[in-house]
Amino acid sequence: MLHIKCPHCGMRSQNEFSYGGDATVKRPELNKEVSDQDWNNFVYNRKSLRGKHLELWQHLSGCRQWIKVERDTATHEIFRTFKANEDNS
Amino acid sequence: MQKYSIFSLVKNAFSNHKNWDLAWKDPTPKKEYDVVIIGGGGHGLATAYYLAKEHNITNVAIIEKGWIGGGNVGRNTTIIRSNYMHDDNALFSEFGMDLWRRMSQDLNYNVMFSPRGIINLAHSDAQMNVYARRGNSMRLNGIDAELLNREQVREIIPMADFSENVRFPIFGGLMQPSAGTARHDAVAWGYARQADSMGVDIIQNCEVTGFDISSGKVEGVRTSRGNIKVKKIGLCVAGSTNILADKLNMTLPVETHLLQACVSEPVKPVLDRVVTFGAGHFYISQSDKGEMVMGGDLDGYNSYAQRGNLPTLQHVLTEGIAMMPFLSKLKMLRTWGGIMDMSMDGSPIIDKTHIEGLYLNCGWCYGGFKATPASGWTFAHTIAQDRVHELNAGYNLNRFNTGHLLDEKGLGTKTWIS
Repeated sequence: MLHIKCPHCGMRSQNEFSYGGDATVKRPELNKEVSDQDWNNFVYNRKSLRGKHLELWQHLSGCRQWIKVERDTATHEIFRTFKANEDNS
Repeated sequence: MQKYSIFSLVKNAFSNHKNWDLAWKDPTPKKEYDVVIIGGGGHGLATAYYLAKEHNITNVAIIEKGWIGGGNVGRNTTIIRSNYMHDDNALFSEFGMDLWRRMSQDLNYNVMFSPRGIINLAHSDAQMNVYARRGNSMRLNGIDAELLNREQVREIIPMADFSENVRFPIFGGLMQPSAGTARHDAVAWGYARQADSMGVDIIQNCEVTGFDISSGKVEGVRTSRGNIKVKKIGLCVAGSTNILADKLNMTLPVETHLLQACVSEPVKPVLDRVVTFGAGHFYISQSDKGEMVMGGDLDGYNSYAQRGNLPTLQHVLTEGIAMMPFLSKLKMLRTWGGIMDMSMDGSPIIDKTHIEGLYLNCGWCYGGFKATPASGWTFAHTIAQDRVHELNAGYNLNRFNTGHLLDEKGLGTKTWIS
């Protein structure tokens, strides 16, 4: 069981959360020419690397906020969590 | 190579089975090969076997980071089927079914192929309609399919929950009688033994650390046991695809996820089919040892850990108990996990790449094991001829660019969409 510290509600179990994927993917800017390759990278292509991974989770059965989680994809260790709009650097 | 038969078995019995040849050698990597296959799983071994058998290319090495049979080929739930609706999937899988039927003879190795049939259960009228459509599509492609009503299903699997007032009543099901199971370790060992006998070097405990690419062409591969010169590389590494793609500066429509499976304690024969739950994601069969072999959903987040988490297991088994209540009485014997190369449309990729001499085989999601022979056969063709075969033409990488997705179920990595 993963234990994720929701920045709004505190430490909760994984059951309350839903996974939203890679948090570093940026939607191409609107009102600008977007190449097929850019869309492709946004919609489909993922790095999905082993190790530290910044990802989106939604506290679905809690405050329903989207949050960012820094987690190791090999060990499942969670390092830090952030609010969705918080700087994660 | 020593041929396995009743006579060799009897002969070796006289020496207490101490004089059997090794099934495959443990060679030191050579400096140069015609083809290097990265990944000694089922698909990699099958690819090397068909390169030698169908294309007469035997100066081949399989490079495996771990050991033969230690990855997904030994971690799956052994289901073999071709019950697909779309032509690309159906024709590819049915071609594979033919290879499965002949496999024990072809490999001179008993893979215990057991065509016991698979039943996908339906739990609503709408689902029966969907299954009727899929069954008709299958039959048009020459695949056997039977639509069963509630009573017909009850006759075959009376232990399922047919009581009144259940949350997901069984309306019927779609059966592919020729589907079944096989012993997965034997498939790996059988392919390894035959490939080795035809001259393929199976190099275990050897990690790929990098690639030599110059002006868009493959020149060689760097490994923990030295550099190897080679013009053609086949990438067959399932859950590690993204790691190697990163070394090639490629980003692929694939994410690595964790999938669990489990077996119960062995019990007397009770279930002689493969059955899947239609109101969720759960599949079950009974092994020859009597264990109930079960699996279901991904854990749901990117993972390279070959071990699972309890919430998903609990969720999957809850579905199992809803379908077959007697399962609640069984003790769990083992659970384990493997890492899946989940493609974004749920269908695999067998294709050339923008790098000359680099060939890609990945994106098998939940269905890698059953595809082992067809994947190896078509991948060998793609590598040997430097062009895709019509059977794997639909499994091209470019479909994500053009929008021609092969969305059989349309799930990919986003299991929550269902």
